[in-house]
Amino acid sequence: MSSSIKVILDKCIGCGLCVRACPFAAVTLVDKKAVINENCTFCGACVDACKKYQAIVITRLTFEAHDLSAYKGIAVFAEHRNGKLASVVPEIIGAGMSLKASLNVPLTAVLVGANVKPIAGELLEYGVDEVWMRDDQAIGDFAEDVQTDVVYRILREKKPEIFLGGGTIMGRSLLPRVASRTRTGLTADCTELEIDPDTRFLKQTRPAFGGNIMATILCQNHRPQMATVRHKVMKAAPKTGNKGGKIVDMNHIPVPEPGYEVLEFVEEKSDTVNIVEADFIVSGGRGVKDPKNFALLQELAREIGAALGASRAAVDSGWIPYSHQVGQTGKTVNPKIYIACGISGAIQHLAGMKSSDIIIAINSDRTAPIFDVAHFGIVGDLFEVVPEIIKRIKG
Amino acid sequence: MNIVVCIKQVPDTTDVKINPETNTLIREGVASIINPFDAYALEEAVRLKEKFGGTVSVMSMGPPQAEASLRDAVALGADDAYLLSDRAFAGSDTLATSYTLAAGVRKLGGVDVILMGRQAIDGDTGQTGPSTAENLGCPQLTDIRKIESVEADGSIVLQRVLEEGYVRIKVKPPVVITVVKEINEPRLPSLRGKMNAKKKEIVTWTAADLEVDSKRLGLTGSPTQVVKIFTPPKPSGGTIFEGSVTENVKDLIAELKAAGVILGAGKGE
Repeated sequence: MSSSIKVILDKCIGCGLCVRACPFAAVTLVDKKAVINENCTFCGACVDACKKYQAIVITRLTFEAHDLSAYKGIAVFAEHRNGKLASVVPEIIGAGMSLKASLNVPLTAVLVGANVKPIAGELLEYGVDEVWMRDDQAIGDFAEDVQTDVVYRILREKKPEIFLGGGTIMGRSLLPRVASRTRTGLTADCTELEIDPDTRFLKQTRPAFGGNIMATILCQNHRPQMATVRHKVMKAAPKTGNKGGKIVDMNHIPVPEPGYEVLEFVEEKSDTVNIVEADFIVSGGRGVKDPKNFALLQELAREIGAALGASRAAVDSGWIPYSHQVGQTGKTVNPKIYIACGISGAIQHLAGMKSSDIIIAINSDRTAPIFDVAHFGIVGDLFEVVPEIIKRIKG
Repeated sequence: MNIVVCIKQVPDTTDVKINPETNTLIREGVASIINPFDAYALEEAVRLKEKFGGTVSVMSMGPPQAEASLRDAVALGADDAYLLSDRAFAGSDTLATSYTLAAGVRKLGGVDVILMGRQAIDGDTGQTGPSTAENLGCPQLTDIRKIESVEADGSIVLQRVLEEGYVRIKVKPPVVITVVKEINEPRLPSLRGKMNAKKKEIVTWTAADLEVDSKRLGLTGSPTQVVKIFTPPKPSGGTIFEGSVTENVKDLIAELKAAGVILGAGKGE
């Protein structure tokens, strides 16, 4: 027997509210009654839409009742490479701090790697209560499978009720594996985390469908409740100095053999490429018209200390490498200022930059969708507008 | 080399429009496509087969209509297609989906490489690859931008994208590999492929065909529940300047200054 969704025909008046509410096109009206088809994911949007008539009922079956009381506290994954803490970690600690305030439980960082003691000290300065540390020469920076196993074992022993990681390439690979091994739930790339005051559940909110809808997700019957957190959304915890936090050595946790061989790491660092970390981004689209014209955007970028982004149209035209692409099939960015030059603002592009603090659009087409999300917009030819901006900045 | 490519059928989001009255996605008449990232995985599988021989199977978990995407995959070069479809799979989150896919891969047997896109464009989670690898007990390597070589002993050398560069890794199959768009340029279906796709038998497996614990399937096997779906608040109308170029730029810089932003202040940092 599985979970089920049912329409109570006597109560259904065929109003169609559920049809419109369904994000998955799973409800249709047949003879003025709602019919649920196989697209249904039991998300409950139709049940909410039908509050007035209460004609749709979802029965969720849960087989195992778990003892959740043994799980306590909030833990965060302290991702690091080459001796440096990932820039998302202070943000997750910041998110963890506000959850800690709601739950009144300890906040801990999970740190695994080789020679990581200095990083543990840094974590304590961010104000975590404890660092669960497994420091061993055999744990390589890029040996993600080894780290996965050690993290899994630490969580199994320490039993936090919440475990958060960064929505980084590593976080979004390691956490799913840990969650899967633990057989608990994981919500990807959250932009909002809060505690339900009544149930103490972690309410995890994330964008889906390229940011067109938001979904709030709960993990009610399994622990830890796990989430990865989108970079540059949560407010970073400030370094306030160690206020009595301590390092807990987890040296009894075994370190397994790696499942693959890391041959080399190749750094590709260039200020204009690292759009994910950038606070300022100048981005170009189809309106740039020619690869040579990116030099103009490059100049503006240089003037304001920005990285250079691009829309898919510009990348697919071969004007600029894929590493610059912002959007659904490229990178998600959250700069303080995003200047979109000659970008119409296709939904997939907006998905990758919509959460920027300030969006400035420059486009000759007043009806371009980019103006719908822009905080400031200039209707005009970018080849006139951008040089004028550069001129003004140079003053 | 025997490869299985796991694909997901998704709405073609370039067509997705929002109904301004209800603030929901209009999905009527929206075409279904192979998740674009999975199309890169499929292309890579076909290229590996062309170089090293073996078979390319394609597998999807989904409703019966997902068969159409599997046929598209055959047209693009897959040899065999498998649909995991059962009402019991409905409502699966990534944990239950991966459990089911892994059961399908195991039933297929003899698989060296499992390829997938880095994420699906509807859910955007990117969790199914790693989680399937866990269920299969093999390593996963996500965000692969290049498969450099396959050694005589079957080991694969590949490049994994990281935020600040990339890392070269050598791995022995079986392995789950998820790919980024950079990895290749997918081909168009050939005429012969299209003919093949038409007559290809799509093998359908239900829960009863797989070695699975029914408690771990579908909504029941999914620890996460979506409790609310809403459209993000629309940004309140921005300030749009439509005057002359010099005026516009002057006004913009003044407005930014009022908002506490001075362009160029961060220069040279």
